[in-house]
Amino acid sequence: MKLNKTKSSKVLEGDLTPMIDMTFQLIAFFMLLINFSEVDRAEEITLPVSELAIPPEGRPDYQVILNLEPGGNVIFEGQRIPQIDIMTPILDQEIRNASREDIDVSQIAVIIRSHEDTPTGLVQKLIAKCQDVEMENFVLRVKEKINQ
Amino acid sequence: MKLETEEPEPIQLNMTAMIDIVFQLLIFFIMTFKVVAQEGDFNIKMPMASGPATEIDAEPPELIRVLLRSGPEGIINSIQVDDDIETLTFGPDPELYQDLTDYIERKLAGEGDPESGHDTEVEFDIDYGLRYGYTVRAIEAVSGKVSGGKVKKLIQKMKFKNKTSEL
Repeated sequence: MKLNKTKSSKVLEGDLTPMIDMTFQLIAFFMLLINFSEVDRAEEITLPVSELAIPPEGRPDYQVILNLEPGGNVIFEGQRIPQIDIMTPILDQEIRNASREDIDVSQIAVIIRSHEDTPTGLVQKLIAKCQDVEMENFVLRVKEKINQ
Repeated sequence: MKLETEEPEPIQLNMTAMIDIVFQLLIFFIMTFKVVAQEGDFNIKMPMASGPATEIDAEPPELIRVLLRSGPEGIINSIQVDDDIETLTFGPDPELYQDLTDYIERKLAGEGDPESGHDTEVEFDIDYGLRYGYTVRAIEAVSGKVSGGKVKKLIQKMKFKNKTSEL
């Protein structure tokens, strides 16, 4: 008996187009949602919750984000500053940076992200330190509570 | 003369390398993706008291002093309000923030300006050790209330005592 072993061998090729389409859409989705400004947010800060806080309307012309820990450490651009008292040179530098962009010190938005357990006196001290260098535009940032 | 018609061979691109890269990108974005809670702001303006005098207003806004008193471990103990006419103390009980909101609402309604609260200002006098979370709740209590899913704004002008600046 003779076996016929001669089969036409073809390479199986699935249509990859829908998969590639979906993959690109997923990449576009994640690229749009990725937040590169995470360095400004200190993960260890637990913000107080409020349902009346106003969601930020765009980014201010110039902003300084100060994260305040319960112990009095200030986290600024990923750098931990152990005391509020030594903040002045950093704030002065920010004012100089802003002035290079023709932004007046009164227009600088100081965003205070304080831990909910921080003594309020420390928050006031930080605000006073910023006022010493003539900053006056403050934002108390809180976590938004969704209304039921 | 006879023309030979050759059938063009279909061009096949090798997609393997591109798909490899695309999947690596996808994995990178999935791994670094973080769901971040939405944040909100209380916008405040606190110029230095020594700044240029801009107060030309004939009538300064009516001032309500709100004293936040801290108990042990920075927990709110009581809230005292003083508007030069009466002094009330709320707490210590869990409803003291609601009592504060009700007081502010009554006060504004009595002044015939229940919606805007433009002509009334709150000055906070806060104990140093009071935890910031309780302060924010007090700021929230005087700035408005939520009823029936709608936000009713109360007082927007606030300041801290001893800072002589507007919040």
